Amino acid sequence: MIGNFKKNPLSLQIDYSRFLPSSKEEKEKQNVFRKPTTFFHDSMKRFSKNPVAMVSGIFVILLILAVIFIPIFWPYSYSEQLRITYGVSDGTFNNLRPFHWSNTEKELIANGAKLVPHIFGTDSGGRDYFIRVIYGARVSLTVGFFASIIVLLIGSVYGAVSGYFGGKVDLIMMRIVDVIYSIPDLLIIILLSSVLKIVLGDSTNTFVTTLGSGMISIFIVFGLLYWVGMARLVRGQVLTLKQEDFVLAAKASGAGGWWIIRKHLLPNAMSVIIVSAALQIPSAIFTESFLSYLGLGVNAPMPSLGSLCADAEGTIMYSDKLYQLLLPAFLICLIVLALNLLGDGLRDSFDPKLAK
Amino acid sequence: MAENMNAKDVKEEEPMLVVKNLHVSFDIMAGKVDAVNGVSFSLKKGGILGIVGESGSGKSVSNYSIMQILDKNGHIDSGSIRFCGKELIGLSEKEMRKIRGDRIAIIFQDPMSGLNPVYTVGNQLIEAIRTHNKDISKKEAYKQSVEMLKLVGFNDPEKRMKQYPFEHSGGMLQRVMIAMALVMKPDLLIADEPTTALDVTIQAQIIDLLKSLQKKFGMGIIIVTHDLGVIAQIADEVDVMYAGRIVERGSTDEIFYNPKHEYTKGLIKSVPTLQDQELEPIKGNPVNLLDLPKGCSFSPRCSKCMHICTEVYPEQIELSKDHSVSCWNAIKELQDEGKIDVTAAPEGKGNTDTLKLPTKRNKAEEKTEDKNRKSLVKGLALSGQKGENHEEK
Amino acid sequence: MNGKFVKYILKRILMAVVTIFCVITITFWAMQAIPGGPFLSEKSPSPEVLAQLNKLYGLDLPVGQQYLNYLKNSLIWNFGYSIKDARPVNEIIQTTFPVSAEIGIIALLVSIVVGVFLGSLAATHQNKLGDRLIMVLSTASVAMPSFVIAFLLLLVFAINLKWFPTLGTKPGGLVLPIVTLSLYPAAYITRLTRSSTLDVLNQDYIRTARAKGLSNSKVLFKHALRNSLTPVLTYVGPEFAYIITGSLVVEQIFSIPGIGRKFVESITNRDYPLIMGTTVFLTYIMVFMLLLTDILYKVLNPKVELD
Repeated sequence: MIGNFKKNPLSLQIDYSRFLPSSKEEKEKQNVFRKPTTFFHDSMKRFSKNPVAMVSGIFVILLILAVIFIPIFWPYSYSEQLRITYGVSDGTFNNLRPFHWSNTEKELIANGAKLVPHIFGTDSGGRDYFIRVIYGARVSLTVGFFASIIVLLIGSVYGAVSGYFGGKVDLIMMRIVDVIYSIPDLLIIILLSSVLKIVLGDSTNTFVTTLGSGMISIFIVFGLLYWVGMARLVRGQVLTLKQEDFVLAAKASGAGGWWIIRKHLLPNAMSVIIVSAALQIPSAIFTESFLSYLGLGVNAPMPSLGSLCADAEGTIMYSDKLYQLLLPAFLICLIVLALNLLGDGLRDSFDPKLAK
Repeated sequence: MAENMNAKDVKEEEPMLVVKNLHVSFDIMAGKVDAVNGVSFSLKKGGILGIVGESGSGKSVSNYSIMQILDKNGHIDSGSIRFCGKELIGLSEKEMRKIRGDRIAIIFQDPMSGLNPVYTVGNQLIEAIRTHNKDISKKEAYKQSVEMLKLVGFNDPEKRMKQYPFEHSGGMLQRVMIAMALVMKPDLLIADEPTTALDVTIQAQIIDLLKSLQKKFGMGIIIVTHDLGVIAQIADEVDVMYAGRIVERGSTDEIFYNPKHEYTKGLIKSVPTLQDQELEPIKGNPVNLLDLPKGCSFSPRCSKCMHICTEVYPEQIELSKDHSVSCWNAIKELQDEGKIDVTAAPEGKGNTDTLKLPTKRNKAEEKTEDKNRKSLVKGLALSGQKGENHEEK
Repeated sequence: MNGKFVKYILKRILMAVVTIFCVITITFWAMQAIPGGPFLSEKSPSPEVLAQLNKLYGLDLPVGQQYLNYLKNSLIWNFGYSIKDARPVNEIIQTTFPVSAEIGIIALLVSIVVGVFLGSLAATHQNKLGDRLIMVLSTASVAMPSFVIAFLLLLVFAINLKWFPTLGTKPGGLVLPIVTLSLYPAAYITRLTRSSTLDVLNQDYIRTARAKGLSNSKVLFKHALRNSLTPVLTYVGPEFAYIITGSLVVEQIFSIPGIGRKFVESITNRDYPLIMGTTVFLTYIMVFMLLLTDILYKVLNPKVELD
């Protein structure tokens, strides 16, 4: 090509003025960089783009609002067995199907009274089922939340101490974790729950009676056995942080140290821990419903979704009473599912590398 | 060996490998990453081509495209890859499998993770043989594997056959990978950053090994690296890549002693020598492959940037038989020296190797004008991470 | 390598012993904490009879002594006599455990086969319809407690469709309990296999295998599977023990005479020896399974460092 003197080997004709140096602005315009953003901001953005997680999150929020506020204005109480006349037991309010009225109520309505319908009907004791289910959900959420806080606190402290001190302390503490890990959870839980329920049941301590011995026993059991996973996790994070510390100290400039810890390590460590704690909640609710089903949870008449299922066991043969079983069962699954999805969504948005 | 050769289709001088105008992109959450934007190169039988560039230049992706081992979200948008006269793009997966490991082989950057940890070295070597040669007996495959291990420098090949990958060091594993790649005597070996993960002393050993094996077997080698030292030691010919395009190509001597592209010059200058007082890095940041600049991709970082550099991508121009470059400054130099006259009307169609204005750039141009720019920028803010992961290739 | 291995096994056995010791201790003292005794729920026998019974069962000894006796006995696998049934605890265990074990093993096998199959399928068809469907099903299943599953299955298949009996002891009656038991592990294993397989498929050595020209099925079955199954194994070992113990609910709902149901009964009855016996026995099983899992893990994955 070079042999062709004075010819134009290109495919276009060029004005020589284009060969003059460009301005700084022209060069800058060529670059398109992303806006600076923080880790948290990034994560929240990712989360908002996850429809499943968002829907689950909204559901959970609505549920929480429901269990807090509905009992306030709902006219029926969870323990009151509806009767025609107070204190006289009759069966007229029992086992009403959803949105049906008892004869007494029908009369009242005919006379112009405005009654709130039994959305979920009534149970075998004539109690409004809707409010019972709501209370059941409240118990589940409360247990779930507090149980995972207990697990978070005990586990983090234990794990942090073990990881921070290292050496013999770490060794012994982790051995204890290993032992607890290999104890068959369910057996011991059932054992301890039964025992505690009986033991605490006789107690006259006001704290105990308000919460119910069953609830407390669940908390104790969680506090004794379920924190080990969190401890291992936190210890792992602390070990990573520790390493970074030393590396940074060895580097020439100390200024880099805290910045890196604050901007990179802590957010990552915290997000792992928080997500794990978040995923504890559905797991706790799952276990609680299981224990309540076995009768080891809260005391009657306070309902738990699990105990409602247990009470309704017999209805499986009667299609007209089936709602008593299906409603709480369905709600347990929904709650656990929503919380699982929410937890997964949180995990995926904080650490997209894990997202599949 | 000759199964792919069809005398009627092969032109007299057609090189063993001819890549023409290759375009490869990846779909990620933040958008479309234009990893390779019109790359053409060729390799003669027995030649050693070095492809050099920084992370994100598209050097690895171009080569993975030859073997079609791209990630799931990557695809070859257009172009042609001819190997021994046969077009590879469009071949069925089954046919590609026959070629992979047998006619074209590849070794990767990190040997420590390149072998399956639960199987012995021997198992994986024999597997390489028996995948392509189903009739061979296990004993015979074993013998061949041991031979190969000896050739790559192991004194105790039989012992190695029984060992697991984790029982070897990085350098040893890379030898194993080389053995595995060459055991079927392929025509082409692609070495993707073979020494980057190794110690400097081991690097030299591996390069020497590759050189001696090349002399022995006569295969062609494409060596992909960002390390100019490696290029200097082994390559006959060098292609310099930036932002998915080849910006300069030439013989090793030409590139090292007479670089024309500012990027190439920058690369050579940034290699520290004993005389240097300070390091001279190339100013600026690597290119964002989600949104390529309108003109020359290097323009934001180039000290000699001219108006035209920000407007039109420079066409490739041949400076000599073994030196071409895509740079307006080089063209301007020739203009000023009176060797060409670009202010005149163009000379017909021109050399088919000359890059026309790439259509990809026009797309990018549209994008920047479009409303979509806003969402692209937003998308960039989200996870440049994934994009970066691909740029590493 | 072998010396290290033996040392490891010994260490693990030691840990196992410690665990069993802890369990015995916890269980024993928990029992002691319950007020009342095994005989007080029945019509209270006369004081002399009571004294005799207490003596017979060694309940009149000081508690510390009882504890030590029990420790001794547990080590030689002597769990004493059930108070309610007046049979040796060992015998009770012998008659009830195999029932639970049978259901448990079958359920576990089913869940492994189904889980690994579906999980691998989902991973190789990532984000396509099959994957999404499988993931939805398994995510939903993981949210359902076993009693919910049991009731649903009973409702649909036993009561409405009448395909299976409601009692586990009738012929064909084991199908629903097994399905109930296997649903959660199957769903869990599906998700585990899927994510593990996806991880593995992203590894460099898979890329190497493809670059060597191996077919997709070869890559999956030879290279990927062995690596992706190790997390599954880690889950399956302890899960086996759980399935057996966790079949409490299932045994109750389907009226199956297994060890889980016996365990719950023994607590209600305050039948100390039986409570202790079943708890310790099941702990032995659990601990054994954990050890077995660890060893198998090492065999499958020679790179794993033992501690």
